[in-house]
Amino acid sequence: MPPTTAPVVETRDLYVYYGKSAAVKSVSITIETNRVVAFIGPSGCGKSTLLRCINRMNDLVPGARIEGEVLFQGLNLYGHGVDPIEVRRRIGMVFQKPNPFPKSIFENVAFGARINGYKGDLGELVEKSLRQAALWDEVKDRLNVGALSLSGGQQQRLCIARALAIEPEVLLMDEPTSALDPIATQKIEELIYNLKQDYTIVIVTHNMQQAARVSDQTAFLYMGDLVEFGQTDQIFTNPREERTESYITGRFG
Amino acid sequence: MISPQQRRERFSPRQKQRGRAAMALQALFLAATLVGVVSLAVLFVDILITGVGHISWDFINSFPSRFAERAGIKSGLSGSLWLLGLTAAFSFPLGIATAIWLEEYAPRGWAMRTIQANIANLAAVPSIVYGILGLAVFVRWFNLGQSVLAGAMTLTLLILPVIIISSQEAIRSVPSSIRLASYALGATRWQTVSRQVLPMALPGIMTGTILALSRAIGETAPLIIVGALAYMPFTPSGPLDEFTALPIQIFNWVSRPQPEFHVLAAAGILVLMAVLMTFNLFAIMLRNRFSKRL
Repeated sequence: MPPTTAPVVETRDLYVYYGKSAAVKSVSITIETNRVVAFIGPSGCGKSTLLRCINRMNDLVPGARIEGEVLFQGLNLYGHGVDPIEVRRRIGMVFQKPNPFPKSIFENVAFGARINGYKGDLGELVEKSLRQAALWDEVKDRLNVGALSLSGGQQQRLCIARALAIEPEVLLMDEPTSALDPIATQKIEELIYNLKQDYTIVIVTHNMQQAARVSDQTAFLYMGDLVEFGQTDQIFTNPREERTESYITGRFG
Repeated sequence: MISPQQRRERFSPRQKQRGRAAMALQALFLAATLVGVVSLAVLFVDILITGVGHISWDFINSFPSRFAERAGIKSGLSGSLWLLGLTAAFSFPLGIATAIWLEEYAPRGWAMRTIQANIANLAAVPSIVYGILGLAVFVRWFNLGQSVLAGAMTLTLLILPVIIISSQEAIRSVPSSIRLASYALGATRWQTVSRQVLPMALPGIMTGTILALSRAIGETAPLIIVGALAYMPFTPSGPLDEFTALPIQIFNWVSRPQPEFHVLAAAGILVLMAVLMTFNLFAIMLRNRFSKRL
C-alpha cells in the first residue's frame, strides 16, 4: 500500500434516519484520494444509505434526515448554502441496475455535459469518456444508436462513461455489477482498477470476492454501525472484530 | 418416501372441466367484444347509407337553411374547428403543467390527496354542469358573451380533469431510475423533468389529450347552455364572435319532423366523424414521431 494520501471524503459522527429508524449510526470514516473503498455488509446494513449521503442523493428520499457531517475536501456537504446540484456534479454515481436514458449512446454521455454548460468539444468529451469506460471500441461506429440496444454490461459501462463525462472527483458505485453476468462483471472490475489512477472510487458490493479483488480499503457495516474499516487484505485475512470475521467467513449475511 | 401413485392422488387436476371453463369464458369475452363492435358497425353503416349521398362541396360550403336541399354545415363545421383549436390551445398546456406540478413538484400529504380526489371527481361531473359554470363565469362574469371563446373555455374546463389524470399517469410511468440518473449527473429538477421525464411521457400524454379533445368536439349540452346558436347564417371571424357547432346543427336537424333533414343530420354526422378521425390520425402521427425518437 502506498502511504496515506489526502482525505477527499470524510464523515463525522454521521446518522441517517428514515422516519424514526436510524439506517446509519454514528459512522465516522475517512476516504483518501485515488483509493478504491468498498462498503460491505448484509442487506439493510446501511451501506447504500451511507454511499448516497456522499452525493446527497438521500435528499431525494422522502423522510430521510441526516445528523452529523459529511466533508468533501474539507467542506461540509450538508452545510448552509451548499447546492446539492453542485455536489452531484463533482461526485458522480453509478447505480445497481444499468439505467441509461432512452436516447442515443452519444446523447447519454453528452447529457451531463450539456446540462452543466460544458464549454469544450462535446464529441471529444464523449470519445474520451467512452474510452475511459472501455466501451469506445465497441460502440464507436454506432454512437447514434439507442443505448437500450446495448447488452447489460455495455449499458453499465455506458453509465460509467456518462458519470465520468462530467469530470467528477469521486465516483460512487452502488452494487454496479449485481445485475451483470461474470464476464461483464470482470470487465467492470478491470475498469475500476484502471480508473483508480484518476478518481477516488467508493463501491458498495454484496460480493465479498469483488471487494477483496478491487478495493484498497474495506468498510464492514452491520445494522447501521461501522463495525470495522481497514486495509482490505487485513479485513479479509485478519479482521479485528468478531462480527467481521463471521460475515466474511459466511456465517451470516 | 411417497410412491408416485400417492403423489398423483394428492392432486385432482380436472383438466377437462378447466378446459371447458376456459373455452366458455373465451366465448363470453368474444361475445362481449362483438356487442360493442357490431352495434357500432351497424350504426355507422346505417348512417353511411343514409347520409353519404348528400355529402358534397355545396353541403360543406353552405349555411343552414329552412330548405333542406339548400342547407349546409358551413357555420357548424367552422364553429367546431374554432372550438377544437381553441380548446386544444388552452387545455394542452394547462393540463400538462398541472400534471407536472402534481407529480414532480407538489409536496405529498393530505392536501395533495384532497386535490387529487377532487380532480378525479371533476372528471365524472356531467357536462351540462360545466355548461352552467361556463354560462355563469365566462359568458356573464368575464363578459365574453355567447362567444366561441366562452364555448372553448367551457370545453377546456370539461376535459381538463381527463387530460390532467392521463398526463399524470404517463409521467408516473417514467421509471424513477431515469430521474435518479439525471439528478446524479447534477441536473436540476426542471432539467430532469423537461429533458428526461417529459419526452418519455409525451406519447402517453398525447393519447390522453387526443381522447379528451375527441370528447370535447362531440359535446352538445354545455354549448347549448353557453349559448351556441341553433341557426347561424355566417361563420365566426374571431374568438369573440357567436358560434354554432356541428353536434348542435345535427341535433337541430334531427329534431325536425321532415325526413329530408334527417338525411342532412346523417351527412353532418359523417362530416363530424371525418373531422374527428383526421384529427386523431394527425395526433397519432405526431405521437409516433415522438416515441420513435426514444
